[in-house]
Amino acid sequence: MIDWSPILLTLRLALITTALLFVVSVPLAYWLAYTRARIKPVVETLVSMPLVLPPTVLGFYLLIAFSPNNTFGQWLGEQLGLQFVFSFEGLVFASMIYSLPFMVHPIQSGLANLPSSLKEAAYILGKSRWTTLRRVLLPNIKPSLLTGIVLAFAHTIGEFGVVLMIGGNIPGLTRVASIAVYDEVESLNYAAANQYSLVLFAVTFSILLLVYLFNGGRLKRFWL
Amino acid sequence: MVLDVQLALKEGQIIGLYGKSGAGKTSLLRIIAGLFDPDQAKITFAQQIWEDTYRKIRLRPQERKVGLVFQDYALFPNMTVRQNLEFALQKGQDDQIVDELIELSELGQLQDQYPTTLSGGQQQRVALARSLVQRPQLLLLDEPLSAVDQEMRQKLRGHLRQLHDRFALTTILISHEQEEITQLADEVIVLEGGKVIKTGSPQEVFGERVRPLRFRAVIKGINSEANGGWVKLHTTSGKSIQVWLETNQIKNLVIGQEVWVDEKTEGWEII
Repeated sequence: MIDWSPILLTLRLALITTALLFVVSVPLAYWLAYTRARIKPVVETLVSMPLVLPPTVLGFYLLIAFSPNNTFGQWLGEQLGLQFVFSFEGLVFASMIYSLPFMVHPIQSGLANLPSSLKEAAYILGKSRWTTLRRVLLPNIKPSLLTGIVLAFAHTIGEFGVVLMIGGNIPGLTRVASIAVYDEVESLNYAAANQYSLVLFAVTFSILLLVYLFNGGRLKRFWL
Repeated sequence: MVLDVQLALKEGQIIGLYGKSGAGKTSLLRIIAGLFDPDQAKITFAQQIWEDTYRKIRLRPQERKVGLVFQDYALFPNMTVRQNLEFALQKGQDDQIVDELIELSELGQLQDQYPTTLSGGQQQRVALARSLVQRPQLLLLDEPLSAVDQEMRQKLRGHLRQLHDRFALTTILISHEQEEITQLADEVIVLEGGKVIKTGSPQEVFGERVRPLRFRAVIKGINSEANGGWVKLHTTSGKSIQVWLETNQIKNLVIGQEVWVDEKTEGWEII
Protein backbone atom coordinates (compact mmCIF):
# COMPACT_ATOMS: atom_id res chain seq x y z
CA MET A 1 0.00 0.00 0.00
CA ILE A 2 1.30 3.45 -0.84
CA ASP A 3 1.94 6.16 1.70
CA TRP A 4 -1.12 8.42 1.41
CA SER A 5 0.44 11.42 3.11
CA PRO A 6 1.68 13.10 -0.12
CA ILE A 7 -1.83 12.86 -1.59
CA LEU A 8 -3.43 14.27 1.54
CA LEU A 9 -0.82 17.01 1.70
CA THR A 10 -1.50 17.90 -1.94
CA LEU A 11 -5.24 18.13 -1.27
CA ARG A 12 -4.70 20.21 1.86
CA LEU A 13 -2.36 22.52 -0.02
CA ALA A 14 -4.81 22.90 -2.91
CA LEU A 15 -7.72 23.58 -0.57
CA ILE A 16 -5.96 26.24 1.50
CA THR A 17 -4.37 27.86 -1.55
CA THR A 18 -7.70 28.04 -3.36
CA ALA A 19 -9.54 29.53 -0.40
CA LEU A 20 -6.92 32.23 0.21
CA LEU A 21 -6.54 32.89 -3.49
CA PHE A 22 -10.28 33.44 -3.86
CA VAL A 23 -10.23 36.11 -1.16
CA VAL A 24 -7.31 37.86 -2.85
CA SER A 25 -8.48 37.44 -6.43
CA VAL A 26 -12.00 38.86 -6.16
CA PRO A 27 -10.82 42.40 -5.29
CA LEU A 28 -7.97 42.16 -7.79
CA ALA A 29 -10.24 40.95 -10.60
CA TYR A 30 -12.78 43.64 -9.68
CA TRP A 31 -10.11 46.30 -9.92
CA LEU A 32 -8.79 44.95 -13.23
CA ALA A 33 -12.28 44.68 -14.71
CA TYR A 34 -13.30 48.27 -13.97
CA THR A 35 -10.20 50.42 -13.56
CA ARG A 36 -9.12 53.01 -16.05
CA ALA A 37 -5.74 53.47 -14.35
CA ARG A 38 -2.70 53.64 -16.60
CA ILE A 39 -0.90 51.02 -14.58
CA LYS A 40 -3.52 48.39 -15.47
CA PRO A 41 -1.55 46.73 -18.35
CA VAL A 42 1.44 46.33 -16.05
CA VAL A 43 -0.64 44.68 -13.34
CA GLU A 44 -2.34 42.46 -15.92
CA THR A 45 1.07 41.37 -17.20
CA LEU A 46 2.32 40.59 -13.71
CA VAL A 47 -0.79 38.53 -12.96
CA SER A 48 -0.31 36.57 -16.20
CA MET A 49 3.43 35.97 -15.76
CA PRO A 50 3.07 32.61 -13.98
CA LEU A 51 1.40 31.30 -17.16
CA VAL A 52 4.58 31.63 -19.19
CA LEU A 53 7.41 31.80 -16.69
CA PRO A 54 9.17 28.48 -15.94
CA PRO A 55 8.01 27.49 -12.44
CA THR A 56 11.64 27.05 -11.46
CA VAL A 57 12.30 30.74 -12.10
CA LEU A 58 9.41 31.71 -9.87
CA GLY A 59 10.50 29.22 -7.23
CA PHE A 60 14.09 30.40 -7.42
CA TYR A 61 13.23 34.04 -6.78
CA LEU A 62 10.84 33.14 -4.00
CA LEU A 63 13.59 31.05 -2.45
CA ILE A 64 15.98 33.97 -2.63
CA ALA A 65 13.42 36.44 -1.32
CA PHE A 66 12.39 34.35 1.66
CA SER A 67 15.79 33.01 2.58
CA PRO A 68 16.55 33.73 6.25
CA ASN A 69 20.00 34.83 5.08
CA ASN A 70 18.74 38.12 3.67
CA THR A 71 16.95 41.11 5.15
CA PHE A 72 13.41 40.41 4.01
CA GLY A 73 13.50 36.78 5.04
CA GLN A 74 14.97 37.75 8.39
CA TRP A 75 12.35 40.42 8.96
CA LEU A 76 9.57 37.92 8.19
CA GLY A 77 11.03 35.44 10.62
CA GLU A 78 11.65 37.91 13.46
CA GLN A 79 8.63 40.16 13.17
CA LEU A 80 5.92 37.79 12.00
CA GLY A 81 7.40 34.46 12.95
CA LEU A 82 6.97 33.22 9.40
CA GLN A 83 9.38 30.80 7.83
CA PHE A 84 8.57 30.50 4.13
CA VAL A 85 11.49 28.42 2.96
CA PHE A 86 11.05 24.63 3.17
CA SER A 87 7.76 24.98 5.03
CA PHE A 88 4.09 24.42 4.33
CA GLU A 89 3.36 28.17 4.63
CA GLY A 90 5.93 28.79 1.91
CA LEU A 91 4.22 26.23 -0.32
CA VAL A 92 0.88 27.96 0.14
CA PHE A 93 2.32 31.36 -0.67
CA ALA A 94 4.19 30.12 -3.74
CA SER A 95 1.14 28.19 -4.96
CA MET A 96 -1.00 31.29 -4.63
CA ILE A 97 1.31 33.25 -6.88
CA TYR A 98 1.68 30.36 -9.28
CA SER A 99 -2.11 29.84 -9.66
CA LEU A 100 -3.07 33.53 -9.52
CA PRO A 101 -3.93 33.92 -13.24
CA PHE A 102 -6.13 30.82 -13.15
CA MET A 103 -8.33 32.41 -10.50
CA VAL A 104 -8.15 36.06 -11.58
CA HIS A 105 -8.74 35.69 -15.32
CA PRO A 106 -12.14 33.93 -15.23
CA ILE A 107 -13.47 36.27 -12.53
CA GLN A 108 -12.17 39.33 -14.35
CA SER A 109 -13.72 38.36 -17.66
CA GLY A 110 -16.96 37.34 -15.94
CA LEU A 111 -17.24 40.80 -14.39
CA ALA A 112 -16.23 42.58 -17.59
CA ASN A 113 -18.89 40.71 -19.56
CA LEU A 114 -21.75 41.65 -17.25
CA PRO A 115 -23.81 44.54 -18.63
CA SER A 116 -22.60 47.70 -16.88
CA SER A 117 -26.22 48.67 -16.32
CA LEU A 118 -26.52 46.04 -13.55
CA LYS A 119 -23.85 47.74 -11.48
CA GLU A 120 -25.20 51.19 -12.27
CA ALA A 121 -28.76 50.16 -11.43
CA ALA A 122 -27.61 49.01 -8.00
CA TYR A 123 -25.78 52.31 -7.40
CA ILE A 124 -28.86 54.27 -8.41
CA LEU A 125 -30.84 52.17 -5.94
CA GLY A 126 -28.52 53.52 -3.26
CA LYS A 127 -26.34 50.46 -2.82
CA SER A 128 -22.66 50.65 -1.95
CA ARG A 129 -19.95 49.07 -4.09
CA TRP A 130 -19.53 46.28 -1.56
CA THR A 131 -23.24 45.45 -1.47
CA THR A 132 -23.38 45.63 -5.26
CA LEU A 133 -20.43 43.26 -5.60
CA ARG A 134 -21.78 40.82 -3.06
CA ARG A 135 -25.44 40.75 -4.01
CA VAL A 136 -25.50 41.62 -7.71
CA LEU A 137 -22.17 41.08 -9.45
CA LEU A 138 -20.82 37.89 -7.86
CA PRO A 139 -24.13 35.96 -7.89
CA ASN A 140 -24.42 36.66 -11.61
CA ILE A 141 -20.98 35.32 -12.52
CA LYS A 142 -21.26 31.99 -10.71
CA PRO A 143 -19.96 29.98 -13.68
CA SER A 144 -16.86 32.19 -13.79
CA LEU A 145 -16.34 31.83 -10.05
CA LEU A 146 -16.64 28.07 -10.34
CA THR A 147 -14.18 27.99 -13.22
CA GLY A 148 -11.69 30.11 -11.29
CA ILE A 149 -11.96 28.06 -8.11
CA VAL A 150 -11.65 24.74 -9.88
CA LEU A 151 -8.84 25.72 -12.21
CA ALA A 152 -6.81 27.15 -9.34
CA PHE A 153 -7.45 23.99 -7.31
CA ALA A 154 -6.52 21.65 -10.15
CA HIS A 155 -3.51 23.72 -11.13
CA THR A 156 -2.21 23.64 -7.57
CA ILE A 157 -2.53 19.87 -7.53
CA GLY A 158 -0.48 19.74 -10.70
CA GLU A 159 2.37 22.03 -9.71
CA PHE A 160 5.86 20.67 -9.39
CA GLY A 161 8.67 23.11 -10.10
CA VAL A 162 7.73 25.86 -7.69
CA VAL A 163 7.07 23.41 -4.90
CA LEU A 164 10.34 21.63 -5.41
CA MET A 165 12.31 24.87 -5.39
CA ILE A 166 10.82 26.46 -2.31
CA GLY A 167 9.55 23.44 -0.40
CA GLY A 168 12.02 20.73 -1.21
CA ASN A 169 11.05 17.15 -0.54
CA ILE A 170 10.39 16.81 3.17
CA PRO A 171 8.05 13.86 3.85
CA GLY A 172 4.79 14.91 5.54
CA LEU A 173 5.68 18.59 5.32
CA THR A 174 6.41 19.61 1.75
CA ARG A 175 6.46 16.35 -0.14
CA VAL A 176 3.34 16.64 -2.29
CA ALA A 177 2.06 13.97 -4.67
CA SER A 178 3.72 15.28 -7.82
CA ILE A 179 7.07 15.24 -6.08
CA ALA A 180 6.41 11.82 -4.64
CA VAL A 181 5.97 10.54 -8.20
CA TYR A 182 9.31 12.01 -9.21
CA ASP A 183 10.94 10.62 -6.11
CA GLU A 184 9.61 7.09 -6.63
CA VAL A 185 10.73 7.09 -10.26
CA GLU A 186 14.21 8.21 -9.25
CA SER A 187 14.47 5.25 -6.93
CA LEU A 188 13.12 2.99 -9.71
CA ASN A 189 10.00 2.24 -7.72
CA TYR A 190 7.65 2.36 -10.70
CA ALA A 191 4.68 0.65 -9.05
CA ALA A 192 4.37 3.35 -6.38
CA ALA A 193 4.92 6.11 -8.97
CA ASN A 194 2.12 4.59 -10.99
CA GLN A 195 -0.25 4.56 -8.03
CA TYR A 196 0.39 8.21 -7.18
CA SER A 197 0.03 9.15 -10.84
CA LEU A 198 -3.26 7.29 -11.18
CA VAL A 199 -4.71 9.05 -8.15
CA LEU A 200 -3.64 12.45 -9.49
CA PHE A 201 -5.05 11.64 -12.91
CA ALA A 202 -8.39 10.52 -11.50
CA VAL A 203 -8.76 13.47 -9.14
CA THR A 204 -7.95 16.15 -11.71
CA PHE A 205 -10.06 14.46 -14.38
CA SER A 206 -13.11 14.35 -12.10
CA ILE A 207 -12.69 17.95 -11.03
CA LEU A 208 -12.43 19.29 -14.57
CA LEU A 209 -15.30 17.10 -15.75
CA LEU A 210 -17.49 18.59 -13.03
CA VAL A 211 -16.77 22.13 -14.22
CA TYR A 212 -17.62 21.33 -17.79
CA LEU A 213 -20.82 19.59 -16.70
CA PHE A 214 -21.87 22.55 -14.58
CA ASN A 215 -20.96 25.27 -17.01
CA GLY A 216 -22.33 23.31 -19.94
CA GLY A 217 -25.70 23.50 -18.25
CA ARG A 218 -26.11 19.79 -17.59
CA LEU A 219 -26.06 20.20 -13.84
CA LYS A 220 -27.29 23.76 -13.78
CA ARG A 221 -30.34 23.28 -11.62
CA PHE A 222 -28.16 22.39 -8.63
CA TRP A 223 -26.03 25.43 -9.13
CA LEU A 224 -28.10 28.37 -10.31
CA MET B 1 -19.31 65.59 -29.36
CA VAL B 2 -19.75 68.43 -26.89
CA LEU B 3 -22.89 68.35 -24.83
CA ASP B 4 -23.86 71.96 -24.17
CA VAL B 5 -27.18 72.19 -22.37
CA GLN B 6 -28.81 74.70 -20.10
CA LEU B 7 -32.23 73.78 -18.79
CA ALA B 8 -34.64 74.61 -16.03
CA LEU B 9 -37.29 71.96 -15.56
CA LYS B 10 -40.62 72.43 -13.87
CA GLU B 11 -41.34 70.08 -10.99
CA GLY B 12 -44.16 67.63 -11.39
CA GLN B 13 -44.04 67.48 -15.16
CA ILE B 14 -43.25 64.75 -17.62
CA ILE B 15 -40.53 66.14 -19.81
CA GLY B 16 -39.88 64.46 -23.14
CA LEU B 17 -36.28 64.44 -24.28
CA TYR B 18 -36.45 64.03 -28.02
CA GLY B 19 -33.74 63.62 -30.62
CA LYS B 20 -32.03 61.25 -33.02
CA SER B 21 -29.64 58.61 -31.73
CA GLY B 22 -26.31 60.21 -30.97
CA ALA B 23 -27.87 63.55 -30.08
CA GLY B 24 -26.70 63.22 -26.47
CA LYS B 25 -29.96 62.19 -24.82
CA THR B 26 -28.59 59.22 -22.91
CA SER B 27 -25.41 61.08 -21.95
CA LEU B 28 -27.48 63.90 -20.50
CA LEU B 29 -29.53 61.41 -18.50
CA ARG B 30 -26.39 59.67 -17.21
CA ILE B 31 -24.91 62.99 -16.12
CA ILE B 32 -28.08 63.85 -14.22
CA ALA B 33 -28.05 60.43 -12.54
CA GLY B 34 -24.38 60.78 -11.60
CA LEU B 35 -23.20 57.84 -13.68
CA PHE B 36 -21.05 59.92 -15.99
CA ASP B 37 -18.53 62.60 -15.07
CA PRO B 38 -19.03 65.81 -17.05
CA ASP B 39 -16.11 68.22 -17.53
CA GLN B 40 -18.18 71.16 -16.40
CA ALA B 41 -21.65 71.05 -14.98
CA LYS B 42 -23.98 72.44 -12.41
CA ILE B 43 -27.07 70.47 -11.46
CA THR B 44 -29.49 71.55 -8.79
CA PHE B 45 -32.59 69.62 -7.83
CA ALA B 46 -35.14 70.87 -5.30
CA GLN B 47 -32.63 73.30 -3.74
CA GLN B 48 -30.02 70.57 -3.40
CA ILE B 49 -26.80 70.84 -5.38
CA TRP B 50 -26.12 67.50 -7.07
CA GLU B 51 -23.17 68.58 -9.09
CA ASP B 52 -21.05 71.70 -9.30
CA THR B 53 -17.72 71.16 -10.99
CA TYR B 54 -16.59 74.71 -10.16
CA ARG B 55 -17.02 74.16 -6.44
CA LYS B 56 -15.99 70.51 -6.72
CA ILE B 57 -19.31 69.27 -5.41
CA ARG B 58 -20.47 65.93 -6.66
CA LEU B 59 -23.09 63.70 -5.14
CA ARG B 60 -22.68 60.02 -5.91
CA PRO B 61 -25.55 58.29 -7.73
CA GLN B 62 -26.43 56.68 -4.39
CA GLU B 63 -27.01 60.10 -2.83
CA ARG B 64 -29.24 61.56 -5.52
CA LYS B 65 -32.95 61.08 -5.09
CA VAL B 66 -33.32 59.67 -8.55
CA GLY B 67 -34.92 56.65 -10.16
CA LEU B 68 -33.66 55.36 -13.47
CA VAL B 69 -35.17 52.85 -15.84
CA PHE B 70 -32.48 51.58 -18.19
CA GLN B 71 -33.12 50.80 -21.82
CA ASP B 72 -32.24 47.15 -21.15
CA TYR B 73 -34.14 47.35 -17.80
CA ALA B 74 -31.09 46.05 -15.87
CA LEU B 75 -33.14 43.64 -13.78
CA PHE B 76 -30.98 41.47 -11.56
CA PRO B 77 -31.15 37.96 -13.07
CA ASN B 78 -30.33 36.29 -9.74
CA MET B 79 -33.38 37.73 -8.00
CA THR B 80 -37.09 37.14 -8.44
CA VAL B 81 -39.41 40.02 -9.29
CA ARG B 82 -40.18 40.57 -5.61
CA GLN B 83 -36.52 40.29 -4.60
CA ASN B 84 -35.59 42.86 -7.25
CA LEU B 85 -37.99 45.28 -5.61
CA GLU B 86 -36.92 44.37 -2.08
CA PHE B 87 -33.29 44.91 -2.99
CA ALA B 88 -34.16 48.53 -3.71
CA LEU B 89 -35.41 49.13 -0.14
CA GLN B 90 -33.27 51.53 1.84
CA LYS B 91 -32.07 50.75 5.36
CA GLY B 92 -34.98 50.90 7.76
CA GLN B 93 -37.53 51.55 5.03
CA ASP B 94 -40.99 50.09 5.48
CA ASP B 95 -41.35 47.22 3.02
CA GLN B 96 -45.03 47.95 2.51
CA ILE B 97 -44.08 50.00 -0.55
CA VAL B 98 -43.02 46.76 -2.27
CA ASP B 99 -46.49 45.28 -1.90
CA GLU B 100 -48.05 48.53 -3.02
CA LEU B 101 -45.92 48.70 -6.17
CA ILE B 102 -46.44 45.03 -6.97
CA GLU B 103 -50.16 45.60 -6.78
CA LEU B 104 -50.12 48.85 -8.77
CA SER B 105 -47.99 47.27 -11.46
CA GLU B 106 -50.09 44.11 -11.56
CA LEU B 107 -47.09 41.94 -10.81
CA GLY B 108 -48.76 39.82 -8.14
CA GLN B 109 -48.81 36.64 -10.20
CA LEU B 110 -45.27 37.18 -11.44
CA GLN B 111 -43.60 38.12 -8.18
CA ASP B 112 -41.82 34.80 -7.65
CA GLN B 113 -40.59 34.49 -11.22
CA TYR B 114 -37.11 35.36 -12.43
CA PRO B 115 -36.72 38.23 -14.92
CA THR B 116 -35.53 36.02 -17.77
CA THR B 117 -38.91 34.29 -17.84
CA LEU B 118 -40.81 37.56 -18.35
CA SER B 119 -41.91 39.27 -21.55
CA GLY B 120 -40.54 42.69 -22.51
CA GLY B 121 -43.61 44.51 -21.25
CA GLN B 122 -43.52 42.65 -17.93
CA GLN B 123 -39.82 43.39 -17.46
CA GLN B 124 -40.53 47.02 -18.16
CA ARG B 125 -43.16 47.09 -15.42
CA VAL B 126 -40.77 45.46 -12.96
CA ALA B 127 -38.00 47.94 -13.81
CA LEU B 128 -40.36 50.87 -13.37
CA ALA B 129 -41.71 49.52 -10.08
CA ARG B 130 -38.19 48.85 -8.79
CA SER B 131 -37.08 52.39 -9.61
CA LEU B 132 -39.92 53.76 -7.47
CA VAL B 133 -39.28 51.69 -4.32
CA GLN B 134 -36.94 54.26 -2.80
CA ARG B 135 -39.46 57.03 -3.50
CA PRO B 136 -37.32 59.16 -5.83
CA GLN B 137 -38.44 62.68 -6.69
CA LEU B 138 -36.93 62.55 -10.13
CA LEU B 139 -37.57 59.66 -12.48
CA LEU B 140 -35.40 59.13 -15.54
CA LEU B 141 -36.60 56.84 -18.33
CA ASP B 142 -34.27 55.88 -21.16
CA GLU B 143 -36.39 54.77 -24.13
CA PRO B 144 -38.55 52.77 -21.72
CA LEU B 145 -40.85 51.32 -24.33
CA SER B 146 -38.45 50.65 -27.18
CA ALA B 147 -38.31 46.90 -26.59
CA VAL B 148 -42.07 46.47 -26.28
CA ASP B 149 -44.55 45.76 -29.05
CA GLN B 150 -47.02 48.38 -30.22
CA GLU B 151 -50.05 47.00 -28.39
CA MET B 152 -48.24 46.84 -25.08
CA ARG B 153 -46.90 50.36 -25.43
CA GLN B 154 -50.30 51.95 -25.32
CA LYS B 155 -51.07 50.16 -22.10
CA LEU B 156 -47.73 50.94 -20.50
CA ARG B 157 -48.01 54.63 -21.32
CA GLY B 158 -51.21 54.80 -19.30
CA HIS B 159 -49.51 52.92 -16.48
CA LEU B 160 -46.55 55.29 -16.56
CA ARG B 161 -48.73 58.36 -16.39
CA GLN B 162 -50.65 56.86 -13.48
CA LEU B 163 -47.51 56.18 -11.45
CA HIS B 164 -46.09 59.61 -12.27
CA ASP B 165 -49.16 61.28 -10.80
CA ARG B 166 -49.47 58.99 -7.83
CA PHE B 167 -45.86 59.38 -6.70
CA ALA B 168 -45.75 63.13 -7.49
CA LEU B 169 -42.71 62.67 -9.67
CA THR B 170 -40.81 64.86 -12.02
CA THR B 171 -40.10 62.61 -14.98
CA ILE B 172 -37.65 62.90 -17.83
CA LEU B 173 -38.47 60.55 -20.66
CA ILE B 174 -36.10 59.88 -23.53
CA SER B 175 -37.81 58.96 -26.75
CA HIS B 176 -37.21 59.21 -30.45
CA GLU B 177 -40.94 58.80 -31.14
CA GLN B 178 -43.05 61.91 -31.51
CA GLU B 179 -46.19 59.94 -30.87
CA GLU B 180 -44.95 58.74 -27.51
CA ILE B 181 -43.91 62.20 -26.38
CA THR B 182 -47.11 63.80 -27.63
CA GLN B 183 -49.13 61.31 -25.62
CA LEU B 184 -47.12 61.49 -22.42
CA ALA B 185 -45.12 64.66 -22.08
CA ASP B 186 -46.12 68.07 -20.78
CA GLU B 187 -43.04 69.61 -22.28
CA VAL B 188 -40.58 68.60 -24.98
CA ILE B 189 -36.90 69.30 -25.25
CA VAL B 190 -35.38 68.63 -28.65
CA LEU B 191 -31.71 67.76 -28.61
CA GLU B 192 -29.54 67.78 -31.70
CA GLY B 193 -25.76 67.42 -31.86
CA GLY B 194 -25.51 67.97 -28.13
CA LYS B 195 -27.48 71.21 -28.11
CA VAL B 196 -31.05 72.10 -27.24
CA ILE B 197 -32.65 73.34 -30.44
CA LYS B 198 -36.29 73.62 -29.36
CA THR B 199 -38.42 73.50 -26.23
CA GLY B 200 -42.13 73.85 -25.64
CA SER B 201 -45.31 71.86 -25.40
CA PRO B 202 -45.59 68.86 -27.76
CA GLN B 203 -48.05 70.82 -29.91
CA GLU B 204 -45.71 73.78 -30.17
CA VAL B 205 -42.70 71.66 -30.97
CA PHE B 206 -44.17 69.05 -33.27
CA GLY B 207 -47.07 71.17 -34.46
CA GLU B 208 -48.67 68.54 -36.62
CA ARG B 209 -51.43 67.28 -34.46
CA VAL B 210 -53.76 69.14 -32.18
CA ARG B 211 -54.63 67.46 -28.95
CA PRO B 212 -56.92 66.13 -27.80
CA LEU B 213 -57.67 63.96 -30.75
CA ARG B 214 -61.37 63.23 -31.08
CA PHE B 215 -63.20 61.21 -33.70
CA ARG B 216 -66.38 59.29 -34.35
CA ALA B 217 -66.28 55.53 -34.86
CA VAL B 218 -68.25 52.28 -34.86
CA ILE B 219 -67.25 49.46 -32.50
CA LYS B 220 -66.29 46.38 -34.51
CA GLY B 221 -65.01 44.08 -31.82
CA ILE B 222 -64.06 43.78 -28.16
CA ASN B 223 -61.23 41.61 -26.97
CA SER B 224 -61.35 41.43 -23.17
CA GLU B 225 -58.33 40.57 -21.04
CA ALA B 226 -57.74 40.42 -17.31
CA ASN B 227 -57.73 44.13 -16.54
CA GLY B 228 -58.98 45.73 -19.71
CA GLY B 229 -59.34 44.96 -23.35
CA TRP B 230 -58.68 45.92 -26.93
CA VAL B 231 -61.56 47.62 -28.75
CA LYS B 232 -61.56 47.48 -32.54
CA LEU B 233 -62.98 50.61 -34.13
CA HIS B 234 -63.95 51.65 -37.61
CA THR B 235 -63.77 55.43 -37.99
CA THR B 236 -66.19 57.48 -40.07
CA SER B 237 -63.23 58.47 -42.24
CA GLY B 238 -62.83 54.80 -43.14
CA LYS B 239 -59.86 53.76 -41.01
CA SER B 240 -59.60 50.78 -38.66
CA ILE B 241 -57.85 51.21 -35.30
CA GLN B 242 -57.55 49.41 -31.99
CA VAL B 243 -57.49 51.12 -28.61
CA TRP B 244 -56.78 49.77 -25.13
CA LEU B 245 -59.39 50.44 -22.47
CA GLU B 246 -59.74 49.65 -18.80
CA THR B 247 -62.33 47.06 -17.76
CA ASN B 248 -64.79 49.58 -16.31
CA GLN B 249 -64.85 51.46 -19.61
CA ILE B 250 -65.45 48.36 -21.67
CA LYS B 251 -68.33 46.84 -19.77
CA ASN B 252 -71.10 49.02 -21.25
CA LEU B 253 -69.89 48.87 -24.85
CA VAL B 254 -71.81 46.98 -27.51
CA ILE B 255 -70.53 45.84 -30.88
CA GLY B 256 -72.04 47.93 -33.66
CA GLN B 257 -72.54 50.93 -31.37
CA GLU B 258 -71.47 54.36 -32.70
CA VAL B 259 -69.33 56.34 -30.25
CA TRP B 260 -67.06 59.35 -29.75
CA VAL B 261 -63.43 58.44 -29.06
CA ASP B 262 -61.28 60.87 -27.11
CA GLU B 263 -57.54 60.79 -26.71
CA LYS B 264 -56.54 61.64 -23.16
CA THR B 265 -53.12 61.84 -21.64
CA GLU B 266 -53.81 58.69 -19.65
CA GLY B 267 -55.13 56.76 -22.63
CA TRP B 268 -58.34 56.58 -24.60
CA GLU B 269 -61.87 57.32 -23.55
CA ILE B 270 -65.08 56.32 -25.26
CA ILE B 271 -68.22 58.38 -24.80
